[in-house]
Amino acid sequence: MSNGNSLKTYKNLLEVRDLRTHFKTDAGIVKAVDGISFTLNEGETIGIVGESGSGKSVTNLSIMRLIQSPPGKIVGGEIIFENKDILKLSQRELRHIRGNEISMIFQDPMTSLNPFLKISTQMVETIRLHQNISRKEALAKSIDMLKLVGIPAAEERIHNYPHQFSGGMRQRVMIGMALSCEAKILIADEPTTALDVTIQAQILELIQELAKKLNTAVILITHDLGVVAGMCDSVCVMYAGKIVEKAKTEKLYAHPAHPYTDGLIQSVPRLDKAHDGKLFSIKGQPPNVIDLPDCCPFHPRCHKVMEVCRHHYPPTKDLGDGHEVSCWLYIDKKEHPDA
Amino acid sequence: MTKYIIKRLLGIIPTLLVIITISFFIVRVAPGGPFDGERALPEVVKRNIEAKYHINDPLIMQYGRYMFDVLRGDLGPSYRYKDHDVNFYIFESLPNSMILGVIAISISIIFGITSGMLAALRQNTWVDYLSMAFAVIGISVPLFVIGPVLQYFFAMKLQWLPTSGWFTSGDGWKTVILPAITLAFAHFATIARLTRSSMLDTLRSDYIRTAKAKGMKNSTIIFKHTMKGTMLPIVSYLGPAFAGIITGSVVVEQVFRIPGLGKFFVQSSFNRDYTLIVGVVIVYSVILVIMNFIVDILYSLLDPRITYK
Repeated sequence: MSNGNSLKTYKNLLEVRDLRTHFKTDAGIVKAVDGISFTLNEGETIGIVGESGSGKSVTNLSIMRLIQSPPGKIVGGEIIFENKDILKLSQRELRHIRGNEISMIFQDPMTSLNPFLKISTQMVETIRLHQNISRKEALAKSIDMLKLVGIPAAEERIHNYPHQFSGGMRQRVMIGMALSCEAKILIADEPTTALDVTIQAQILELIQELAKKLNTAVILITHDLGVVAGMCDSVCVMYAGKIVEKAKTEKLYAHPAHPYTDGLIQSVPRLDKAHDGKLFSIKGQPPNVIDLPDCCPFHPRCHKVMEVCRHHYPPTKDLGDGHEVSCWLYIDKKEHPDA
Repeated sequence: MTKYIIKRLLGIIPTLLVIITISFFIVRVAPGGPFDGERALPEVVKRNIEAKYHINDPLIMQYGRYMFDVLRGDLGPSYRYKDHDVNFYIFESLPNSMILGVIAISISIIFGITSGMLAALRQNTWVDYLSMAFAVIGISVPLFVIGPVLQYFFAMKLQWLPTSGWFTSGDGWKTVILPAITLAFAHFATIARLTRSSMLDTLRSDYIRTAKAKGMKNSTIIFKHTMKGTMLPIVSYLGPAFAGIITGSVVVEQVFRIPGLGKFFVQSSFNRDYTLIVGVVIVYSVILVIMNFIVDILYSLLDPRITYK
């Protein structure tokens, strides 16, 4: 979707401002998401990348307000969708948005469909929840959706149970179900992680194709930078609950600003570049996000670490054209605290 | 499916034959016998008894004769009670235990599932703590304590219900209430705890998150999406529990003076009443294998992933 769309003027669809989701645990408060902001435009696809535990999934479950509470709690921020703050909606208004305006597909298609109910039941109930149509019409529509996502013999298959489908087919069903109400936003939470490599590309292509056809904006959560490069218009890189870099996809790949992003891109195995048989990897482990001190959480792993990084979290700097980065490297030395 | 049912029903026969054979020999291995007393019997009496019950025949012949009788539906004469045979005692007392058991298990299912669900849906609130406290009492306090406590309050203090007796004692259905509640207690507790943990598991599953993400109401999610998953472990518990409860409880029968089957399990063993012991074992085994069969069928009805061929 990255080609050609740059000329179109985007309409702002979803705006996340300073979102904070914390989890209370016995060991302390886990700031899984700690002050992140991004904007999603109509028909746009953005990627959220990061290691496990960086807060990607929590961000998106927060948008749907699906955080298990307790222990989780959205403690601050705004999520503006169509001029309304999702965080302030009543349960009733929220239900109108879930599955209807904003849909979600999950990592593991094996467990995301209810094993006790037929596909037809699960799809028809979704459509009838949000649209005032008869069971028969809803069934016809469900069959159309299954055909659209490439399920062969959809008329018969719709009466099967989830266990009668393969993993890839189940994810297709999930996508069909998620888009059956023409959602404006599709949140795909690592939709291909649990699938075979051969199936992964098919599923991603399907999401891309349908998003274009139905003009659905997509938030793609992944830890795979290769996936992002092929699909997303822009990318947010998350680390320890914060967005450390945000840019248009081409920009990010051509000129990664944050040392973490740089490390991630270098870690992607590439056939077109000679290497000495060893893959690059960022040394160290992702930080424990319990009671993080107010420093740059990446500093223990950073090869360009400076003294200031150990004591202060860097402010966000706009490098132009929406390319934002949170790193002391880009802040004028004179503005460093106690420097 | 029909083929599977027939296969399973036929499979019950060898199972029972094995159970009968093992129990026939095992009861005779235990020291002592039905006619051993404090005093030695006079020689002539002893000879008569031995002749009547074929005690001196080789064991294998006794076994053959017994199996032949059992296959014709005759569980033989009791070695202890002279008035009637084993069939009579079982068919006289089993219906009483069944009535009591069915009422008790119904009470424990209704209250157990309700309070388990409430506890799961209101996890870590007073509702949860209260029903789990009840469950702990039910599991840890023995029947012979719960029974008399209920008798003390509801029969002696409040005088609402009779202390003991059965339909035949003139108080009618009122006699069933206290023993049924007593018997229900332990099962109520287990069912409540099972329901709670099973429901919590189901509520945390991915497909419930999907249902929420689809915008479904909580009530619809609970009844349409979580019920089947929640019921599976309870169904498998209920099979054997049901078999146990309808074959009577010696404690409850003693406390409330109920002419049930339970007492025969204990008395017949004390008396070395071989035929009665094997008789009640057969009754219990038949009910148990049937219950397990029903559980398997229910499983396939609840869970589409389970199919039998």
